[in-house]
Amino acid sequence: MSRRLDGGSKRAEAPARPAPGAGMTENLVEIEHLTKRFQVKQGVFARGKAEVHAVEDVSLTVRRGETLGIVGESGCGKSTTARLILRLLDPTSGTVRFEGRDISKLSQRALRPLRREMQMIFQDPYSSLNPRKTVGQIIAAPFAIHGEKGSKLRVQELLETVGLSPEHYNRYPHEFSGGQRQRIGVARALALSPKLIVCDEPVSALDVSIQAQILNLLRTLQSEFNLTYVFISHDLSVIRQIADRIAVMYLGGIVELGDSESLYERPKHPYTAALLSAVPRATTGRRERIVLSGDVPSPVDPPAACVFHPRCPRFHEGRCDVEAPELRELGPAHAAACHYPLEKWPMTDDELRRAGGTAQAASG
Amino acid sequence: MTDGRLLDVRGLTVRFPTPDGVVQAVSDVSFTLSRGETLGVVGESGSGKSVSNLAIMGLLNAQRTVISGEVEFLGRDLLKLSPDELRKIRGKDIAMVFQDPFACLHPMYRVGKQIAEAVTAHSDASRSEAWARAVELLDHVGIPNAAERARDYPHQFSGGMRQRAMIAMALVHNPAILICDEPTTALDVTVQAQILELIEEVKREFNIGVILVTHDLGVVAETANSVMVMYAGRIMEYGPAAEIFGRPQHPYAWGLLDSMPSIERRLTTLVPIEGSPPSLLTPPSGCAFHPRCRYRFEPCATERPPLAVPAAGTHADACHLDWEAKVREGAKRSAARLGDAA
Repeated sequence: MSRRLDGGSKRAEAPARPAPGAGMTENLVEIEHLTKRFQVKQGVFARGKAEVHAVEDVSLTVRRGETLGIVGESGCGKSTTARLILRLLDPTSGTVRFEGRDISKLSQRALRPLRREMQMIFQDPYSSLNPRKTVGQIIAAPFAIHGEKGSKLRVQELLETVGLSPEHYNRYPHEFSGGQRQRIGVARALALSPKLIVCDEPVSALDVSIQAQILNLLRTLQSEFNLTYVFISHDLSVIRQIADRIAVMYLGGIVELGDSESLYERPKHPYTAALLSAVPRATTGRRERIVLSGDVPSPVDPPAACVFHPRCPRFHEGRCDVEAPELRELGPAHAAACHYPLEKWPMTDDELRRAGGTAQAASG
Repeated sequence: MTDGRLLDVRGLTVRFPTPDGVVQAVSDVSFTLSRGETLGVVGESGSGKSVSNLAIMGLLNAQRTVISGEVEFLGRDLLKLSPDELRKIRGKDIAMVFQDPFACLHPMYRVGKQIAEAVTAHSDASRSEAWARAVELLDHVGIPNAAERARDYPHQFSGGMRQRAMIAMALVHNPAILICDEPTTALDVTVQAQILELIEEVKREFNIGVILVTHDLGVVAETANSVMVMYAGRIMEYGPAAEIFGRPQHPYAWGLLDSMPSIERRLTTLVPIEGSPPSLLTPPSGCAFHPRCRYRFEPCATERPPLAVPAAGTHADACHLDWEAKVREGAKRSAARLGDAA
């Protein structure tokens, strides 16, 4: 009796759930003030303890059906952010909400049913597939984990969906090329009909002709199955091709966030501008390039205030090294964390520096 | 044409006999390199772009490789030299920079020491002279505080600095040729820009020839004077960079350009090259690219098109298509790309 009642109350609750906030239905994932620090040992006898500031105070939302691109250089925290969204890592502080539900403190057991809603595609198609399992076993694994029987027919259907042949069912990963392996990884991610797929550099290990095949496949699947992607890449051209909205990360924080078109056509943050201008292009004719000096500082001891200030061409003493800029709205659906955002684009290196000077004069 | 000519490679062919058959890694590759020139070698994995350079450097195991052809470097055929004679040239007159700067530096020796070792390898400089030269070169390639940083171990250098150190090491004996094999692939894009700039500076300053091997068409378009497009161990298209990107003539080059996402705009759809590269154990008959080519017609499967400059053309390609088709399709690509730039 009581069981039935329980069931009844749950059922009654279910339709009521999305109602409290209409935003809940629009945003699949909401993360707020997410921070992740890793403890590292320092010093010869590991006496000193230090922290790697992998992700610092990141807030963003992922809308249903969109592709959110996260772009940045190595060590900027893009993969850590993705792992935090999936709760493959526990955040140091901050919250992650999936379909309105805070999952940042759920136990592993409570997370389990949610895991099927969120899947991941990895960078390296060679190390992400077990060489001793057949393709059929690999793709059926998610079903087994969630106590379902993945029929051979279903697996073969998945193989066809990703552009492989159903006859590949009994083959082993080593019999496939890099591109085909990545398709197997995609089929495995699709197996449980997830809502969210996090793609961590899924095409970085592939040749350009194969990369295009996988990007096209991901886009087709997205519209076919109404998928939401978080797409991580260091390649700005790839991100432009696939993402609707883009977060640019630097040293653990988001420096710019906006619609793809707006961000590429009118970058506001000097770091985004430098990234865009640094990408070599397969066109004839030359352009001016903003070459950043130096390297990304250590995340163990990030610079004070704006973390980009030691390399920034628009750096202003007394402001950028004193006050950390907030991510603020600088246009429709476009925000950047900078005291001296770019007024226009493209800009020469010289203009970039000079315009910053007038901005300071105006503000001072 | 001949003045400043450093390297003249003719019919370079590399075969690896294996228990499964003979891998036809490089087939009949011919090109030249002059002072002040950057030759970009592009192709996907397994296209033979690295192997051809290793063959030129004599870095392939002679027992397990069959190399034929001629590699004429300043009047001498490198393929005919004894290992001892070759050792006197390699690292001195022809230097190389590899992809992974971490794997190339010994983790237990100071960076300066390793460069100094390269100095003494080909000269009788004293230890202090060699060290001084190492510091000088590190400073030259833009390592701040070179005298102090020379005492660092490789792990204390960032990826970009390690690649700078590798370039410094390559420059030790004022080489005539610098071969860079994917020098920026392991680096972030802003650091890549710095390193490409450095290679360009070094080339101008020392008046050397650079061979830049990469899979990135963008890198080639921005740095190379001439370009060689390779596929399945063969040259598909070869000519001045402006010609190749302005008027590409080979369907494989078109395919590469079509499948590249653009940073300038979101393309409605990328047009990939269908299928995957062939096995070099059993390369396709006729044109190696024909099984994946959208433009293939009757002779392609049986007859291999020679690498030649078409009568009305400006640079060489290996394709049976008639000239009108090449012009029409090539113009489409360059228009699309130039549209991007505008």
